[in-house]
Amino acid sequence: MKFIDEFRDRELARGLAAAIGQAAQPQRDYHFMEFCGGHTHAIARYGVSDLLPANVRMIHGPGCPVCVLPIGRIDMAIRLAMDEGVILCSYGDPLRVPASGGLSLLRAKAALGGSGEIRMIYSGADALCLAQQNPQRQVVFFAIGFETTTPPTAVVIRQARALGLKNFSVLCCHVLTPAAIASILESPEVRQWGSVRLDGFIGPAHVSTIIGSRPYEFFAAEYRKPVVIAGFEPLDVMQAVLMLIAQVNAGRAVVENEFARAVTREGNRKAQQLVAEVFELRRSFAWRGLGELPYSALRIRREFADFDAERRFPISYEAVPDHPACECGAVLRGARRPQDCRIFGSVCTPENPVGSCMVSSEGACAAHYSFGRFADAAVAP
Amino acid sequence: MCLALPCRVVDLLPGEQAMVDIAGVGKQISLALVDEVAVGDYVIVHVGYALTRLDPDEAEKTLALFAELGVAAAQEPTAWSR
Repeated sequence: MKFIDEFRDRELARGLAAAIGQAAQPQRDYHFMEFCGGHTHAIARYGVSDLLPANVRMIHGPGCPVCVLPIGRIDMAIRLAMDEGVILCSYGDPLRVPASGGLSLLRAKAALGGSGEIRMIYSGADALCLAQQNPQRQVVFFAIGFETTTPPTAVVIRQARALGLKNFSVLCCHVLTPAAIASILESPEVRQWGSVRLDGFIGPAHVSTIIGSRPYEFFAAEYRKPVVIAGFEPLDVMQAVLMLIAQVNAGRAVVENEFARAVTREGNRKAQQLVAEVFELRRSFAWRGLGELPYSALRIRREFADFDAERRFPISYEAVPDHPACECGAVLRGARRPQDCRIFGSVCTPENPVGSCMVSSEGACAAHYSFGRFADAAVAP
Repeated sequence: MCLALPCRVVDLLPGEQAMVDIAGVGKQISLALVDEVAVGDYVIVHVGYALTRLDPDEAEKTLALFAELGVAAAQEPTAWSR
């Protein structure tokens, strides 16, 4: 496919690997966090880390919306289907995330014998269609995701109001990238303990098409960390690593944009305006692994309250502790690697995930399980 | 989750909709988040919505830069060893 295949070219990758090898100074170490699950997946799937010198280490970040969704939020979605009898519509990714009581949305779907239903949808627009086709039923769209996925939800809510739908609402769990980056930089592991060293960030690809490159300038200036926004293809990631190394070598910390084919400094103004019209900041939101973060998520504005499932139904968020053996929290903060978790690949697998990072293919644990774990295995010489 | 694909717009439809070509498969998407999209443009599609247009000139420049860096790396000895 055009604009994909060219950015996976083997020869160009070889050239970039050589350039990285020359740029990386042997006397120093480089620790870069790729914020997004999309980058984590690309690095694992295409073996990018094997093309990097040993002193260039990639640390996986918390930018997988499925992974940072706390159990209590999945519980809310399940309760809507089981107790309130709604048709709950979810993207495919959250369906297998473990929830309370041994349930997941998928298991709840199988267990539902009553009036409620759980449906997998591709787009929020599909949920809207379901509401139109089933006027006697309440339809709730379980809206999760970072800034990439938020504007489509805003469009759907505006359409629902224009259509005067009385049976459609949204369980809003949209979260904000800059808040998560700030939380990593402020975390005790980075600031006090020094156990996570970060020399720079690979910035999000598709999130940045919406918010632009400007929001990261604060991190570069305030925390002196270079940020390079990169596309999700392997060559994009390698070029970003090269650009980060060059910044570190030169002692610079600025925002650079490798994904210039899709990202501008201003971002998508139209989408930003739609989001601002429909959503406002939540005072606080619970993230898996990162805890309660102030002003880190969105909720539906009062003007659109009729479409807010949290106002329409008697449900509220209740915090639920993660599985005690699960290290997802530390993995999401970059403090542990997936293979450092003692249930990784034994009790916890993509077929039977214990923690959220093993669920989505973009989760650090699932990516390492699917593509990287054999590299760790000792083999006969 | 933020998976999105570059797709070619093959037809503009009423109601801010478009037909796109994804590796030979036709799919109807929404153009509600983008302005001034024309047939033949490439857009990045996520959950049925075009997020932005792709700039083919910038894509060319990025690819040319990759090639240039690779060639330079193949020819030159390690910078810090000189």
